[in-house]
Amino acid sequence: MSNGATTPSQTVGPYLHIGLPWADGPYALAESADGGIWIRGTLYDGAGDPVPDGLIETWQADPDGRFDHPDDPRGARSWPGFRGFGRCETDAAGRFGIRTLKPGPVPGADGALQAPHIDVSVFARGMLHRTVTRIYFPEETRANAADPVLAAVPESLRATLVARAAEDGAGSASEAGDYVFDIRLQGSGETVFFDI
Amino acid sequence: MSTDPRTGAVPLAAGYRRDHEVHPPLDYPGYASTALRHPKRPLQLLPHMLTEVTGPVLGEDRIGETDNDLTAQHEAEPQGQRIIVHGQVRDGDGTPVPHTLIEIWQANAGGRYRHTGDNWPCPLDPNFSGVGRTLTDENGRYRFVTIRPGAYPWGNHDNAWRPAHIHFSLFGRAFTQRLVTQMYFPGDPLFFQDPMWNSIPDEKARQRLVARFDYANTAPEWALAFEWDIVLRGRESTVFESEADDD
Repeated sequence: MSNGATTPSQTVGPYLHIGLPWADGPYALAESADGGIWIRGTLYDGAGDPVPDGLIETWQADPDGRFDHPDDPRGARSWPGFRGFGRCETDAAGRFGIRTLKPGPVPGADGALQAPHIDVSVFARGMLHRTVTRIYFPEETRANAADPVLAAVPESLRATLVARAAEDGAGSASEAGDYVFDIRLQGSGETVFFDI
Repeated sequence: MSTDPRTGAVPLAAGYRRDHEVHPPLDYPGYASTALRHPKRPLQLLPHMLTEVTGPVLGEDRIGETDNDLTAQHEAEPQGQRIIVHGQVRDGDGTPVPHTLIEIWQANAGGRYRHTGDNWPCPLDPNFSGVGRTLTDENGRYRFVTIRPGAYPWGNHDNAWRPAHIHFSLFGRAFTQRLVTQMYFPGDPLFFQDPMWNSIPDEKARQRLVARFDYANTAPEWALAFEWDIVLRGRESTVFESEADDD
């Protein structure tokens, strides 16, 4: 089938910070709501340098594995303050953070469950099109082992898609239950990116 | 659609068509900044399942009163030529995309952004922020009032200039439909040397980034008008299960 006449992508350019960030962007779960986790990370380029002019967006299911969207026939459960969508520009040190709820398992094809995951878009100056990756969770060993998307990724690269538990304290803002997910656009430890 | 009460299986909606040939490559030597910012390994195919066929539905609560009129956000009007930019958002099947958030950002009439990183020695305009938002209506239509942005130099290559453009960001209805792009103006003499423009492999696809001068909707003695339609990805004709069977 033809591709219709899709409008081509262009880079966000160096001035995305005036147009895209929202004050509440990082709060996929409202700041005032309970039970939130932070997923923090740094976006790195191929020289290992942080990318200060990037933007991270996340989209995910709720803790029941449901989406607030007409194409999820089950409908969403009520999770007060939960938007499912997060957006955070990177700071001068390439860092970003999203406050959210941990997603539940999501149905895949043929009734098989996908492990809890978060879809991620990466935008930056120097990227003519976004790249897409996924965040998985380190404690979900069995679910990750059975996940159809992870299974299609060469085993040696799967670790780039799994967040790590944040270390308590250590001079950072992290607490128990928080995660770290760094994104490497290129080079040593290059993150797996998806063709969607 | 509903879940199967016996098995609990969730029917998956059709995925969205991939459109690789339309978009620029991630690695484009003409645009120097791609060198360290493109993955070197091939992308991994991701079948479209629930996470990919759904997406954030962001509503009226994100839109302020003057967000779609960039000339009305300050005490006085900005410098420059007032323009109306309007059009329709559709998907690749021709279906309008209603109630979807569009965000824009742009330089002022002299080609300078209100951004701490922009050192182009053209004055900032105290009456222009260069940021707008709106929702498409039930027919997928949108409309902004703004001023025509200027071209500006940048450091990519010798005597490099960006053609005048407005940045657009759209969500569509699904994670797979997300699009960030730029609208250009007809007849711009700077296209030939612009790597972002030239990075799009197909000339016909490039032309889809150019707005049409729209005399019929020009507001007499007030504003010129440009019409620009945006097309997001269309749906697969078959559901995901049969696509998987082909693998």
